[in-house]
Formats: sequence, structure tokens, C-alpha cells
Amino acid sequence: MKIIVAIKQVPTRDSQLNVADGGKWIEEDDLTFEINEPDAYALEEALQLKERDGEGEVIALCLGPSRATQTIREALAKGADRAIHIEEEQLEGLDTLGIAKLLAAAVKAENPDLILTGLQSDDFGYGQTGVVMAELLGIPHATIIMQVEKQGNAIKVKRELEDGWFQNMTIPLPALLTIQSGINKLRYATLMGIKKAKTKEIKTVTASDLGVPQGASATLDKVYMPQRTKQAVIFQGGDDPAKAAAQLVEKLKFEVRVI
Amino acid sequence: MARFPGVDYLLIDSLLSEQEKMVRQTARQFVDEQVVPIIKDHFREGTFPKHLIPEMGRMGFFGANLTGYGCAEMSNVEYGLLMQEIERGDSGLRSFVSVQGALVMYPLLTYGSEEQKSKWLPKLQSGEAIGCFGLTEPMFGSNPAGMLTRAVKDGDSWILNGEKTWITNGSVADVAIVWARTEDGIRGFVVEAGTPGFSTSVLHGKLSMRASVTSSLAFTDCRVPGSAMLPGAKGLKAPLSCLSQARFGIGWGVIGAAMDCYETARQYTVTRKQFDDKPIAAHQLVQLKLADMITEITKAQLLAIHCGRLKDEGKLDPAHISMLKRNNVAIALDVARASRDLLGGNGIMEEYPLMRHLCNLETVKTYEGTDHIHALVIGERVTGVPAYK
Repeated sequence: MKIIVAIKQVPTRDSQLNVADGGKWIEEDDLTFEINEPDAYALEEALQLKERDGEGEVIALCLGPSRATQTIREALAKGADRAIHIEEEQLEGLDTLGIAKLLAAAVKAENPDLILTGLQSDDFGYGQTGVVMAELLGIPHATIIMQVEKQGNAIKVKRELEDGWFQNMTIPLPALLTIQSGINKLRYATLMGIKKAKTKEIKTVTASDLGVPQGASATLDKVYMPQRTKQAVIFQGGDDPAKAAAQLVEKLKFEVRVI
Repeated sequence: MARFPGVDYLLIDSLLSEQEKMVRQTARQFVDEQVVPIIKDHFREGTFPKHLIPEMGRMGFFGANLTGYGCAEMSNVEYGLLMQEIERGDSGLRSFVSVQGALVMYPLLTYGSEEQKSKWLPKLQSGEAIGCFGLTEPMFGSNPAGMLTRAVKDGDSWILNGEKTWITNGSVADVAIVWARTEDGIRGFVVEAGTPGFSTSVLHGKLSMRASVTSSLAFTDCRVPGSAMLPGAKGLKAPLSCLSQARFGIGWGVIGAAMDCYETARQYTVTRKQFDDKPIAAHQLVQLKLADMITEITKAQLLAIHCGRLKDEGKLDPAHISMLKRNNVAIALDVARASRDLLGGNGIMEEYPLMRHLCNLETVKTYEGTDHIHALVIGERVTGVPAYK
């Protein structure tokens, strides 16, 4: 099976974030970066699928600035066979559709059996890129995947629904799955893998190479730190404390949701 | 899972390649996830975390800077960064990895026969087999030239008699590299566990290196085949060349212990409040300690990187390694002590790594060439006059 894993480089978890001048994005100079967590699970799932099959190819696909090479190398060190880097310095200037168009164009040229990606990114958190990519490619997709099993020319998956419910379904290949974090045990990059990664191919392409016109239909207007606001409400029960108590219970139940 | 942020005051990372940083990162992640959460229990119980061996083997930690037989073929800086991260976890764990790679796999690779290499190196690399190195004896530590262990030729065999002590991994090893005096000078022997006449006993009562196995080895008319001798190792310079490899790793490793102590103390002093609700980091005497610590760690990092680059160019000699080992162990011990002071009573508790590192580093100061012996190596280099006796 030929599997493409779309990975993204995001700021390291627990980073101290500051809004950049202009208020359109965060300051990146002092940040360190790593693979988006759900994408790491998608990569692991792809590697395990290949190992279980005993054959196939895993291709890491990454849209990002030149610094993303480091994350791509890590994917190669863990076992991806080769990589495609769509080099784009200003990701924040793209919307989901723009990102998905670029990824889809790169995927199309490879004609894979399966595309895996994380269910959302730790930075933008849109949770749509995979789905839009599948629509652009005209292939079936399933989201929040907990388990993947290849069955002939189809793939059996387990989706996470709400309240502890799951959905089992079989979808024909080629297909796209967005992977939930924690579905497998991530491997460490081995020292041998790190050394070998240097010899693996990273094909660098640009938006114009892919023939995808630049431009976004949605733009990022403002980035800001969450604002803490304190709000006090006094329940005026008047002569009737029971009425005030009832209002309080309603607030606690439906607004604050603590009882 | 707490992730170690690293210690880099002087942008020393700019001296490292992308691949070197990746090696450090994978080792760092392994130590954060697999070692840090469990190591205090092993130290307290006096047990080695042997469940980590297969994964360390799979990741390529054993004999990481060696070539062939499945080894990772890392540069010496990459190997050093690996040692640094492992010893940030615990000096006992780093000792295990050092012994396996530098003191067992290195002599097999450098001095062994093809039969010895192909039999042992793949298993040692994967961690399927454990090795130990028998040089030190009860009466001969700093002066190995006086060793009493003897190997006498008997037909096609050798008969070994003698005792070795302070042997890391001794009782858990599948194979021992044993150095013995012969008619022909000092020679090395590959002795398999279970060979009649070869027995081991664990040294109990250590208050340091508690997460590492230390043993004595006894040889009583222990007969090994002629093929057990390392054909290429003749004279004391062979075991000393192994020690140079291990000491190079120690010079890097202790930086990891120092980094862990420094970072623990730094974080503690900025949150712990005393006198007028101010963090203790706001006091001048506390800042003096932190300034001294980070300065010494930074110098140690530069010394280690320079030695690593020299080693990659084949220009690092044992007298250089003496400076690396002696200086970096000494400053790591100073950093561990100062960090412990800064945490007050908390500094002695097992929740914090300081007392454990401090106790471990007391061993590191005297093993693999004591601080004094390394001073004498440096002294001989600068004066031309040996002063060992």
C-alpha cells in the first residue's frame, strides 16, 4: 500500500507564546518546533500498516516554511521512505481551502492508496484540512479514527463519536483518514534511523510548481491572547430566597455545568 | 510528562548540526519518558532498570560511535550528546551504556578476532547480551600495571586465576573482557558467564550508583580456550585505550547530571518564596550560585564539544581526555552540591534528583581514573616528568 501522511510542524507544546507586531500571528523567533501531535500518531499508524503488510511505501508530505525540514527529517528517521516538502514561508496567509488545495495537488501526483493525517493541528486547530483535501481529491474520508485495518481493497476503521460511542465502518480505497491522538504507541527515532534519514529523498516543491494559484478566501484578521473577564451576577430573589436559589441552580446546571 | 528544556546559555546549539540535535532530541525524549519517572525507585531499591535494555539496544545506544555489526556509526559529538542525556537520567544508567559500548564492544571490535566479533558484537549491540570489563583488582586500582590476575598457557587453553572488583554489570554480564598477566605481558580474554572457575558476587552497601550493578569477579583455575584471547591486545595500553573511550563519554555524561541539577535549582529558586514574599532567586547570594553554575556548565559544554570534534579528526589523545573527564566531573559535583544547597531541606529528598546525582558523581569522581590521577596525567604532559610514584 502506498500511504501518504500529511504532517505539520507546530510550536512545541508548553511554548511561551507572544503575539507578533501587527497582531496577525505569533512571534516565532524564540520558539522551537515539533511535529503536530495527532500527525505523529498518523505517521506511526502508517508505519505500522506498512510493517503489518510487509510491503508498501510511506511518504511524508509537509506544507511549511524551510524550518519544517527538521520535522520532515524526523519523520524520515522514524521510518518514512521519502518526503515531499511544499515550501511556503507564510502559512498564516493561507486558509484551510488554500492549504488543502496545495496538499491535494501534491497527493494527486503520487496517486496513493491511503492518506492519513492528524485530526487537527495544535496551532490553527481548524480540524478541516484532511476533510477538505479528501473532497478536493474526490475520495471518501473518515475522521477521528481510533483503529485502522486493511481488508483487501478496502479499509476497516473505528471512529470515535461522543459520549463513549464508536462507529465501525468499511470504506473503499483510496481514502483519507484523520487520526486521533493516542491510538498507538509512538516509536522513538533510532540513531540508525537518524543517520539513514540523511540519504532519503526530500522533494521540495512550491505552490507554482503544483500549479495552485495563491490567494485565500478567508483571511486571518487578528491573533490575541484570551482575555480574562470577571463577571459577577447577583440573584435578586427579593422576599423569595427559593426563587434566587432556583436561578442559581439553573446557572450552575446549564451555564457553568458543574452540577 | 515533564520535558527537559535543555541548558544553553551561550547559544552552544549553534555549534551543533541538525543531525546532532536530532540525536540529542531522541535520547532526551527517551530519558524524559522512560527514565526520569522510574529512576528514583530503582536508586532507592538498589536495582538496575533492566527493562530498558531492549529499547536502548533498538535505538542504537550501545556502541553508538562504533562501526559495523549493526552499530549506529555516530560521530563522537553525537555519542557525547547521547551520554549527556542518559546521565541526565542517572549516572548508573550511563555507566551501563558506557561499559557495554566503550569497555566491551570497543575492545572486541578493536582487538578481537573475527570469530569473537561476529559472535558477540551483534548481541551486545542489540542488548541481547550484556558485557563487563575486568581490569581493577582489590589491591590495584589506580595502578593497574601491578595486577595479580594471571593467565597461564596449558596446551591449547589458558588457565585464569585472580580477582577483579568494582566491576560494573559484573553479575549480570553474559561476557567479561578480563585482563590478566601472562608470560607475554598483559593480555585480554573473552570469558563467558558460566565458565567453570568463574564466579561473581554483587557488592552490597553502596550509597552511590545504586541503580547500577557493581560486582567482584573471581577466577579459580578458570580454563578458557586459546581462542578466548583478544589477538590484537598486547600490553597495558590496550585496556587503557578502552578507558580513554569510556572517559570521553564520562566527560560528556556528567554535563547531563549537572544540567539536571542546575535546571532543577533554577526552577526552584524562581518559585520558592522567602522574606517579604520574594522568590529566593531575587537574593544576590542565590544569583551568585546560579551564575557560577551556568558559567561552569557552559565551559564544560565547550570543552566537551571541542574534544568531540578533535576525536572525530583523530587528534584527541589521552591527556586531553584527562582534562575533559577531570574538569567536567569536578564542576558537575560542584553544581550538584550548590543545587542541593539552594533547595534547602528539599534538596535531600528523592522527589528531586539532586542528592541522587550528587551521590552518583562522588563515584564518577574516582572511577575511570581518579581526579588525582588525571591531574598527574595533565602534569606529566605539561612538565614531561611523570609523578605517579
